[in-house]
Amino acid sequence: MIRFESITKAYPDGTVAVNGLDLEAPTGKLTILVGPSGCGKTTSLRMINRLIEPTSGTIYLDDQPTSGMDAALLRRRIGYVIQHAGLFPHRTIVDNIATMPLLLGESRQKARHRALELMERVGLPETFANRYPWQLSGGQQQRVGVARALASDPAFMLMDEPFSAVDPVVRAQLQEEFLRLQREIGKTIIMVTHDIDEALKLGDQVAVMRVGGKLAQMATPSELLTSPADEFVADFVGRDRGYRSLGFTAAAGSVAVGEEWTVQLGASAAEAQAKATGAWVLVVDAGRRPLGWAQPEQVHGELRKEHLNLSGTSAQASGTMRQLLDAALSSPSRRGVVVNEHGELLGTVTATDVVKAIEAEPHLETAR
Amino acid sequence: MNFEWLGRQFDNIVFLLGWHVLLAVTPLILGLLIALPLGWWAHRSRRIYPFLVGVAGLLYTVPSLALFVLLPVILGTKILDPLNIVAALTIYTVALLVRVVADALDSVPQDTVQAAKAMGYRAYQSLLKVELPVGVPVISAGLRVAAVSNVSLVSVAALLGIPQLGSLFTQGFQLRFFTPIIAGIVLCVVLAMILDGLIILLNRWLTPWTPKVVAS
Amino acid sequence: MINYLFDPAHWSGADGIPTLIGEHLIYSLIALAIAAVIAVPLGIYIGVTGKGVFMIAGLANALRALPSVGLLILLVLLISPAFPSKMGYILPSLIVLVLLAVPPILTNTYAGVRAVDAAAVDAARGMGFRTMKILTDVQLPCSLPLMLSGVRSALLQIISTATIAAYISLGGLGRLLIDGKAQNDYSQMVAGAVLVALLALFFDQLLAFITRRVVSPGLTRRTVKATLPSGEVIPSETAKTPTAV
Repeated sequence: MIRFESITKAYPDGTVAVNGLDLEAPTGKLTILVGPSGCGKTTSLRMINRLIEPTSGTIYLDDQPTSGMDAALLRRRIGYVIQHAGLFPHRTIVDNIATMPLLLGESRQKARHRALELMERVGLPETFANRYPWQLSGGQQQRVGVARALASDPAFMLMDEPFSAVDPVVRAQLQEEFLRLQREIGKTIIMVTHDIDEALKLGDQVAVMRVGGKLAQMATPSELLTSPADEFVADFVGRDRGYRSLGFTAAAGSVAVGEEWTVQLGASAAEAQAKATGAWVLVVDAGRRPLGWAQPEQVHGELRKEHLNLSGTSAQASGTMRQLLDAALSSPSRRGVVVNEHGELLGTVTATDVVKAIEAEPHLETAR
Repeated sequence: MNFEWLGRQFDNIVFLLGWHVLLAVTPLILGLLIALPLGWWAHRSRRIYPFLVGVAGLLYTVPSLALFVLLPVILGTKILDPLNIVAALTIYTVALLVRVVADALDSVPQDTVQAAKAMGYRAYQSLLKVELPVGVPVISAGLRVAAVSNVSLVSVAALLGIPQLGSLFTQGFQLRFFTPIIAGIVLCVVLAMILDGLIILLNRWLTPWTPKVVAS
Repeated sequence: MINYLFDPAHWSGADGIPTLIGEHLIYSLIALAIAAVIAVPLGIYIGVTGKGVFMIAGLANALRALPSVGLLILLVLLISPAFPSKMGYILPSLIVLVLLAVPPILTNTYAGVRAVDAAAVDAARGMGFRTMKILTDVQLPCSLPLMLSGVRSALLQIISTATIAAYISLGGLGRLLIDGKAQNDYSQMVAGAVLVALLALFFDQLLAFITRRVVSPGLTRRTVKATLPSGEVIPSETAKTPTAV
C-alpha cells in the first residue's frame, strides 16, 4: 500500500504543484492519477520515490514513512517506468533489463537469466536480447522499459505516462497486454496519464486531479462515469458517459437470449431462405462459431463467403451491457450475436431486449 | 608598448594587414564555392557522403606548416609563393565545410522539401530557393569557425617568410621586442572578430525569419 | 626528399629522425594529458550542473582566434629570462599546446554530457542509482563518442602546433622544417612535412580505432549533427538548426 498524507509541494516562486493531497493506493491494485496538464499528477508520482521532495506531509510505503529512508534504497524497492522508456542507449536489451538485479547484487548469470525470462513475459522475442535500444520501435522499447522495472520483482511500481509515446494501435495492444500481466503479478501500481479513456480502461481506481494539485475525485471507473463528484470531473470524464458506463455493467444473464436459426457455407439458396428470419440469416462454421450475416435473396446457387456481411460485432454472454448493445446495433439484421467464452453461438438479442434489461435494474451491478 | 615605433611602422603594418586579409579571406570564399557543390553531392548520395567526409577529415589532419611546405611539390610553385597559403587554407576550408554543407542540407525538414516539390519547384529551384536558404544558419556557423581559424593559420606562414601579420611575430622574436608581437596578436584577434561579425550579419540578412539571438 | 629520408645518417644520433619523433610525441602527449586532466572534469562539471555554460560559448572561438605563433613567441620572451635552461622554451610551448587543446576537449565533453538522453538519466535515478553511479554508468559512457572526438581534434591541434614550436627551439619534427628553411635545404623541409603529416594521420587513425573499440555500438548509430571534420562541435547556438523543431 502507498499512502499520501496531506502532501503539499510548493516551489520557491510560489507555484503550488500539489496541495494537501490525501490518497491511498491499495496493495495489489492499479491506481491511476489522471488530470489536465499542470494538475500535479507527475509531481505526485515523483514524490513517491523521492525524485521530488514534498514540502510538507508524509508518504507511507506499507505504513513506513519514506522520508526517513535512504532515497536510493527506497527507489530500488519500486519499479519505475517512464514515457520514453529511458533505456540506456549504450547497453543491449538484455543488459538494460538486467540493470536492477545487478544493482541489487545478483550474479551476472542470474541477472541475465532473469532478464531473458522477463523478455518472454512482456512479449519480446529472444532474438532481441543482444540488440541495442535504437534498433527497437517505440512500442518495443516501452516493453523493455516495463520488463526492466519488473526485473527486481518489486512490490510497487510507478508508471509515468507509460503508453502515451506510441501510436494508438500499439497503445491499445500494450494496454491489453499490461492488464493481462497485472492480473498475473498483482503489483501495487500508481500510474499517471492525461488520457481519461486509458484511466477508465486500466484503473482499479482512478484519482482525478484538478489544476492546482487538488484531488477532485477518487473512485472506481464506473463510479466516475455514473456519479461524478462535480462539474469538473463530469466534464473531464467527457461525453457519452451513459453509454460508456454500460461498459462497466455486467450483462450476466439479465438479458434474454433468443434462439437463432443458422446455416453453413455451401448451403443452397432455398435452405438459406427457409432458415432466414426477415431478410437475414446467420451463417456459422462447423463448430457453431458465427461467421457473418447473409441475405438469401442475393444467393444464387450455393451460399459462399462473398455473400457474408461482416459488420456485426459479437458479445460474450459474460460480457458487458455495452458489448451486447453494440452487437445489436452493429448487426445488419438488428439482432446482436451472443457467444459463449469459446466463441460458440448462444443466440441473438435485440437492442430493445438490452435496453429493457438496463431499465429493469435500478442499480446495476458493476463488472469489476 | 612602444607607440612611437608603431607610428613609424604604420605603413608597413597596413601592408602586412592587407596581405593577411587577402590570404585569409580568399580561401574562405574559394572554399565555400567548392564546398557547396561537394556538400550537395554528399547530401544527395549516401555512398559519396562517407567518402567525401573521410577524405575531408584526412586533409584536415595534415598540420598547417607541413601543408605549406608540401604544396609547392604538388603545385610546382616556389616555397615563398603566397599561392601556397591560399591553396592550403582553401583545402582546410573545403574540408571543414563539405560536411557542414551536407549536414545543413540534411537538416532541412523533409516536409519543407516535399512542400516545395508539391508546388512544382524543379530540383535546382528547390535547392537554390528552399534548401540552401533554410540551411544557411548551419553553413554560416561552419563558415565562422573556418574564418577565425584561417586568420590564425595565416600567421604560421611567417615562419616561411611570407609577409603578413605573422611577420610582426618573427620580427619581434629576432629583436626581443614586445611591441610588434602584441600589435600582431591584437590585430589578428580584431580581424578574426570582424570577419566573425560580418558572417553573423550576413547570416541575419540571409535568414530574416529566424529569431534574433545574441552572438557568442 | 626521398634521398633525405633514406639516408641512414638521418636515422641516428641526437638529431636523428627517431629522436625527433620521440620528442614530438613526448611533448604532444604531455600537453594532451594536462589538457585532458583540466578539460574533462571541467566539461563534465559544467555539463552536469549547467554552471558556467557562458565559458563554453565564448572560450572556443576566442581561443581559436588567438594566433598560436604570436602566443608562442610572446610567452617565450616573457618566460625564458626566468628559466635559463631548456625550460625557457619548453614551458611556454607546453602552455600554448595545453591552451589550444583545452577548448576542443572542454566543449565536446560538455556537449557530450548535455546530449545524454535526459530520460535515461531520470530512469537511472528512479531505479536507485546514486549520483556517482549515474555519472560512471550512464552519463560518461554515453558522452564518450563526443568526448573522444574532442580529444582527437585536440591531439591534431597539438601535433600541428608542436611543429611550429620548433621555431622557438623546441625539439621534434618541426626542427627539420625550421632548420631546413634556415639551411635552404628544401628536401629536409619536405621530409619533415611528410613525417609530421604521417604522424598526425597515424594518431588520428589510432584515436578513431580506440573510439570504435571503447564506444558502445548502441551509441554510434546516433551520429551527432553539426560536427566538424575534426570532430569538434560547432560552438554556436545556430548549430542547433532552428528550423528543425
